[in-house]
Amino acid sequence: MIDLRNVSKTFTLHNQGSAVIEVINDVSFAVAPGECVSLTGASGAGKSTLMRMIYGNYLTQAGEIRIGDVDLVQAAPREVIALRREVLGYVSQFLRVVPRVPTLDVVAEPLRAVGGTEQDAQARAKVLLTQLNIPQRLWSLSPTTFSGGEQQRVNIARGFAHPYPAMLLDEPTASLDAANREVVLSLIEDAKARGAAIIGIFHDEAARARVCDSEIDVSRFTPGVAA
Amino acid sequence: MTPLLSVQGISKRYGTQIGCTDVSFDLYPGEVMGIVGESGSGKSTLLNCMAGHLSPDGGQVIFDTRTDGPRDTLTMSEPERRMLGRTDWAFVHQHARDGLRMGVSAGGNVGERLMAVGERHYGDIRDKATDWLGRVEIDASRVDDRPTTFSGGMQQRLQIARNLVTGPRLVFMDEPTGGLDVSVQARLLDLLRGLVRDMGLSAIIVTHDLAVVRLLADRLMVMKSGRVVEAGLTDQVLDDPQHAYSQLLVSSVLQV
Repeated sequence: MIDLRNVSKTFTLHNQGSAVIEVINDVSFAVAPGECVSLTGASGAGKSTLMRMIYGNYLTQAGEIRIGDVDLVQAAPREVIALRREVLGYVSQFLRVVPRVPTLDVVAEPLRAVGGTEQDAQARAKVLLTQLNIPQRLWSLSPTTFSGGEQQRVNIARGFAHPYPAMLLDEPTASLDAANREVVLSLIEDAKARGAAIIGIFHDEAARARVCDSEIDVSRFTPGVAA
Repeated sequence: MTPLLSVQGISKRYGTQIGCTDVSFDLYPGEVMGIVGESGSGKSTLLNCMAGHLSPDGGQVIFDTRTDGPRDTLTMSEPERRMLGRTDWAFVHQHARDGLRMGVSAGGNVGERLMAVGERHYGDIRDKATDWLGRVEIDASRVDDRPTTFSGGMQQRLQIARNLVTGPRLVFMDEPTGGLDVSVQARLLDLLRGLVRDMGLSAIIVTHDLAVVRLLADRLMVMKSGRVVEAGLTDQVLDDPQHAYSQLLVSSVLQV
């Protein structure tokens, strides 16, 4: 489902003496449907960078990143937009929303974007928000005023609203208490069971051991760090 | 899929000065394109050339019309282009006074576009106008007041209501959120996103505000000295800018 071949990335900082920083060099791996792969490595090794490349958020200089039939590296912007809407989900560490939009609509939005009716989308959103223990009295409020943990859970609810065939999870269990961590892990297990290919970053080792089938140490691909 | 708008090699010079030069891109239905760049970089010139307010020195602006398929709007007859401007196109000016009739009531401003596309029932027009004033958060009691009695931000919201009421397929916006306070700006962003999703609206938005483009635009073009120096997915251009000028632009944003 997700297939990386000889992927490399450099940052060129034009305004800081044109410094060129090699961050990822020659990564290849594949994730099958129903499989969960964890990216590991010390802070700064390039885990998030690699994940953002797979989302098309960072530009990839060389290689191929295939999600289903689409090569993200070569794809036109509108192909990437369609891919993100229908195939590729991403749960980032931070919630980024239009202010003043109610939480329920924030969570329902990915389903509305793929053509779901308002009713169906909101019904699904309610199920997820209940599962993730967001009290009902908060649903009509904008998540911008929520606590960090609540925002994180809204973000997860939003990420799991549409059953994406491929998912990227950036520390989904960080800043969660035990009960909610358990909910998130079972959501991930459900997603695997329905055949989603998942790439995750987990600092929580127990969580990683439970949901991930294999690990990839990103520092092996970081020039100057490995060797 | 046919692009809704296909812009090819648009150039405009003001004497020896370059307005914009050799700009090409395709815009598909339901896409929102942001154009950013320093002032004087040619953003508004480009927008005005595409919308038919300025005649470019070269290039084509091909719009997928409802009746005849893709047509070059620059070679269309003036009546045809004006018809397009009243129906499928909308233009939100940077200064609301340029896009409103200042001597006509707020309701009349919204109703005028409805009448231009054939609405005749006074009650329906008034209801629709009142509904749209509500959507842009102008109190219904102001429907009979003239825009001259409105604040700058209210005028801007009225202009947006006037433009969107007929359900256009393509909206050109020149700094649409410039004069608005942030709470209304947020409301408007949500409104626009809803229209994009539900009506398949496409938009081209010229702005200074990178936060606005991040939330609203799918794609982004960065202009400098009349040229497009970088284009791509909005979040990719903002998070991983490649060109020296885009990097400077992104790194210059003040954090709130």
